[in-house]
Amino acid sequence: MKLNVNGRVQDVDAEPEMPLLWVLRDVMGMEGTKYGCGIAQCGACTVHVDGEAVRSCVTPVGQLEGRKIVTIEGLGGGRGLHPVQKAWLEQSVPQCGYCQSGMIMATAALLAKNPKPTDEDIEKGVTNLCRCGTYGRVRKAIHSLGGQKVDGAPKAVQAPNGQTLA
Amino acid sequence: MAVTLDRRQFLKSTAALGGGLALEFSAAGTALAQVGGPISPLEVTHWIVIKPDDTVVIRVARSEMGQGSMTGLAQMVAEELGCDWSKVSTEFASPNEHIRRKRIWGSMSTGGSAGIRTSQEYLRKSGASAREMLVSAAATDWNVPAGECTVSNGVITHGASRRTTTYGKVAAKAGQLEAPKDPKLKEPGQWTLIGKSVGRLELPDKVSGKPIYGVDVRLPGMMMASIVQCPIFLGKVKSVDSAAAEKMRGVKGIVKQDDFVAVVADNWWRANQAAKALRIEWDGGKYANASDETIRAMLKEGLEAKDLPSARKIGDTDAALASAARVVEAEYDSPYLSHAPMEPMTSTAWFKDDGTLEVWVSTQNGEASIAAAAEASGLPLEKCEVHKTQLGGGFGRRGAPQDYVKQSVAIAKQFPGKPVKLIWSREEDMQHGFYRPASIVRMKAGLDADGKIVALKSTIACPSILALLRPEGIDKGIDFTAVRTFSDATYTIPNQQVDYAMRNGHVPVGFWRAPGLQNSFYRECFIDECAAAAGKDPLEYRLAMLKDGDKNKAVLQAAAKAAGWGTPLPKGVYRGIAQSDGFGSYTAMVAEVSVNPQGQVKVHRVVFAIDSGYVVNPDACRAQAEGNVIFNMGQLHEAHHLKDGRIVESNFHDFQLPRMAEMPVVETVFVPSGGFWGGHGEPGALNVIPAVLNGVYAATGKRVRSLPLKDGVVA
Repeated sequence: MKLNVNGRVQDVDAEPEMPLLWVLRDVMGMEGTKYGCGIAQCGACTVHVDGEAVRSCVTPVGQLEGRKIVTIEGLGGGRGLHPVQKAWLEQSVPQCGYCQSGMIMATAALLAKNPKPTDEDIEKGVTNLCRCGTYGRVRKAIHSLGGQKVDGAPKAVQAPNGQTLA
Repeated sequence: MAVTLDRRQFLKSTAALGGGLALEFSAAGTALAQVGGPISPLEVTHWIVIKPDDTVVIRVARSEMGQGSMTGLAQMVAEELGCDWSKVSTEFASPNEHIRRKRIWGSMSTGGSAGIRTSQEYLRKSGASAREMLVSAAATDWNVPAGECTVSNGVITHGASRRTTTYGKVAAKAGQLEAPKDPKLKEPGQWTLIGKSVGRLELPDKVSGKPIYGVDVRLPGMMMASIVQCPIFLGKVKSVDSAAAEKMRGVKGIVKQDDFVAVVADNWWRANQAAKALRIEWDGGKYANASDETIRAMLKEGLEAKDLPSARKIGDTDAALASAARVVEAEYDSPYLSHAPMEPMTSTAWFKDDGTLEVWVSTQNGEASIAAAAEASGLPLEKCEVHKTQLGGGFGRRGAPQDYVKQSVAIAKQFPGKPVKLIWSREEDMQHGFYRPASIVRMKAGLDADGKIVALKSTIACPSILALLRPEGIDKGIDFTAVRTFSDATYTIPNQQVDYAMRNGHVPVGFWRAPGLQNSFYRECFIDECAAAAGKDPLEYRLAMLKDGDKNKAVLQAAAKAAGWGTPLPKGVYRGIAQSDGFGSYTAMVAEVSVNPQGQVKVHRVVFAIDSGYVVNPDACRAQAEGNVIFNMGQLHEAHHLKDGRIVESNFHDFQLPRMAEMPVVETVFVPSGGFWGGHGEPGALNVIPAVLNGVYAATGKRVRSLPLKDGVVA
């Protein structure tokens, strides 16, 4: 079958029931999309199909011929980092980082439809799991992308031990 | 010549707590060419490689699992080295080379929030030594006294003769010099990198989906394995019918072992589909009927047992309880919990044609991994190499046990010459953990007429992590991870007794984030009960029991002040407070909580104060605090249940982690007092549950003494 991934149409030898996640990772050699649960619970495998955030671990590849698939590797469209990725760096969002491909893809899909999401919109639109607990920074990064003013780095302070914390 | 080493001892001693090991290797330098390549000729010291283009590679012995140590450790080296931070990159020190060089990089264990605090001295000295060597090399070239040269951002200047050179130009020469034994270190007031929130070095890779995790390893001709382990702990495979699985597309082979069966295929999904098609009969052994009830009965029996060993005995607690004006008594409990890092357990092994074994793995301890690889392969350590990758979370799961490394080696051994990547399914991960132990604690406090605690007796029934993973760490029947927070409380209570009933059962237990943290829940909620019984403010009650000069007192005051303790809150919002020290740091927390009419708990804001002596990367430390808060709020709802000897929950639908909506605002207050180095990865975990539940009490008058919340609500 032919798959359109990140703007390139490629021939793929896979049974139609194989989830897109494993086609991407093990057949096409693109490991940016992650396996976390296999049952659409965690969102680590989130990619875009025709612009929609989709959990690729439960999406049989047979449904996807002729559809446009975008993964974390192609999010920037070949023009460097996507604004969501840049905001992620500005807010130092990732800890272990494993869930972040999915988190970023879910965010990019949300913002494409709703450029200024509220906290509630974010909670409904980005339902991914992060075990490290980066949710506060995810929220902050999304608000910064929505044009909200978010707190910058705290001011430098002199600590009781003599060191300067900046 | 082979390395002679008791591998069992090596495994145990490289367990998650790590640090301070003294292992003797009889390794001769004859096998240098086998794995891992030669020692870099560009080394200035074993921690620092400087290339002619002035780029600096700082070696990191610990692992990076999101806590930021990789950057923080490099910051400490670079601070003293005086190089240009923008030219710094890091690499993980090779475990194979480490062994060949007689453990030159010290502990590789990454746990106990110990990365920075246990290596800061030798890392800073390494940077300072290298700086002195580089300056000395330049000064020798110029024939001037080294003392007349200055260093800034990797540029060495001799002001009098207006000459400059760079680290890259003199590094090769500097590397030939003897390292100074006792280089001079900077004072904290002189630091420009330690204390600065520099961006974490690996974040660009993490936002762009680079294949940096163990699960992402790709090698020529690689095959994938999916595993099915005996669902009943300590059970065995009785029989396997793999006829259907073997016929499935892509399947390359079935590996049968005592306690697991694995399918190897050309991709993981095919391997996993075939694994599901296996028909396995298990021999559950003597624990096939274990359940929540049998575990509870085991722990309850422990509470009633006579002649338990005491982890602490001060004064005469029984007598003081008998004569107390009032006695407060309560029993608290918590369940088994799995680590559930987002990256499931994974390891890739390759038996190469030259007789060596290479392993790629997300590990919290490269030494433990290489020992596991050697043990499972039967090869000497020197013929093994471990390539450390980034970890998709660890939280203690990827430290001591190394079970998945041993499995991947056993599987790959059946396919010599071919790399095989083992990935556990999430179901295997949930049901084959090394769980945070379930425990029950009974506390009895004697209060005097003023309500002050004069006696505290605590009896702890809890499986021992050390008994399973590090038995030599048990001292007179006491596992310190099971009794901490009680055995080392700094409250000035004149009569204290802490008894420990080690009741182990068959469920494997391990180092979860902040091992022993359930005791902070028990102690700090119970102290709150005593404060309520005495009619005292919970903050004042605690402060009155802490000596002046106790750092616990200072952080408690700092948290209370930052949180505005005693000031009005929005309607329906209440505060809870708790303090505990651990993992080298002193911490206190205030949580602002509301409980709706349905009994659902909402945490709005958390203020966390920490004295870790020094702070290396404030933003990374803040991230740890934020993570600890939400990770541990998960305890309100998470539990593993046991039925028919096995764990009931299997994935995130029935072991639910917190999501975005639950994340409160977290404010971190640093009050580093200097003179010691404390951790950040786990101290923030200690007070989350007690601060939140004490807030729940303030809001509702209801005490939650058992987790998780029944039906998810405060009833």
